[in-house]
Amino acid sequence: MEQATTNVVAQPADRSKILGIWKIAGILAFVTAIEYVFAFTMDAGTLRSAIFIGLTIVKAFYIVSEFMHLGHEVKGLIYSIILPMIFIVWLIVALVNLEGAAIKESKGVQDYEPAGTEHVEESH
Amino acid sequence: MATTATISKKNLWGGGVEPLKASYGKLMMWFFLLSDAFTFSGLLITYAFLRWSAPAYKGDPDAFTFSTEYWPIPEKVYEAFPGFHGVELPLVFVGLMTFILILSSVTMVLAVEAGHRMDKKGVVKWMLWTIIGGFAFLSCQAWEWSHFIAGTDTATIGDVVINGVWKENYEIFGANLTYNQYGPPAFAALFFFITGFHGFHVFSGVVLNVIIFFNAANGLYERRGHYEMVEKVGLYWHFVDLVWVFVFTFFYLI
Repeated sequence: MEQATTNVVAQPADRSKILGIWKIAGILAFVTAIEYVFAFTMDAGTLRSAIFIGLTIVKAFYIVSEFMHLGHEVKGLIYSIILPMIFIVWLIVALVNLEGAAIKESKGVQDYEPAGTEHVEESH
Repeated sequence: MATTATISKKNLWGGGVEPLKASYGKLMMWFFLLSDAFTFSGLLITYAFLRWSAPAYKGDPDAFTFSTEYWPIPEKVYEAFPGFHGVELPLVFVGLMTFILILSSVTMVLAVEAGHRMDKKGVVKWMLWTIIGGFAFLSCQAWEWSHFIAGTDTATIGDVVINGVWKENYEIFGANLTYNQYGPPAFAALFFFITGFHGFHVFSGVVLNVIIFFNAANGLYERRGHYEMVEKVGLYWHFVDLVWVFVFTFFYLI
């Protein structure tokens, strides 16, 4: 093997590219901030959970598409990653939402209501 | 080859290298991450399934107290911050952890970007920041775990089994794998398992980052002519961040 000394010259940074990266970071921070606003101003419930999951998917999209560069790969690669995940989401919804609720009902699990809540007052 | 022929304008893969226009290593990292996503999905399914089928607290959130009988409200569990003993700061600490991990993901993207430009100094600098971010996250998690295990000032009264002996109205402080002061046993067990599994991924990521950092600093990738290893480890690091985004939502927010 012959020894070759090569001079590697670092190319100058493209400012617009760097700015783009920080823009994505800003979006992620902003979406997290919105999640906090909902966490502190809204009562827990199905709607709030749905908002959280929606915002999580927004964040996941930016991380996978931009940070992990999947959005700039060829279609075949995008689909080979996204399609299995769609099936997994389907499985999650089925197991958690439908099966979980069915098990809870069939076991007769009662939710905890402290004495003196509205429910008790109605019966008086 | 003396002759070349253009087969198709659609550029179908003709048996050469790089199917899907990604190198073998990158492709395999993607499929490893996909399988790892399945593992984490399994854990999150278990968490959500057990929580969905456990008794929920239906009273006023302000009047909430811990009990082993029903699932706790996450905001009431994760409200401590180092140095602020007794001050209720719901989700502030976990917010800091999220911020640290997202920032370390950004520095990783900047390292990959510097690698594209063959900028050794840039790669080394940003890899170092990524490693610092990883250590900061792990330190936060160590504090969070120790606080979770030690517990709060007031005990929760509940029935527990210790070394095979049934004890009624026992004062429970903190958490272990069999009982905890926050809620049903499954609550703490899932906390340890899921955040622990994620934390172990972060730890592995930091180890990989350190290896890549030294290789880059020693000029290995410069001699090789490309910084693709930084990209591959970067994929793993972003995945760890991605998993945290989901853990954060399902464990701390909902």
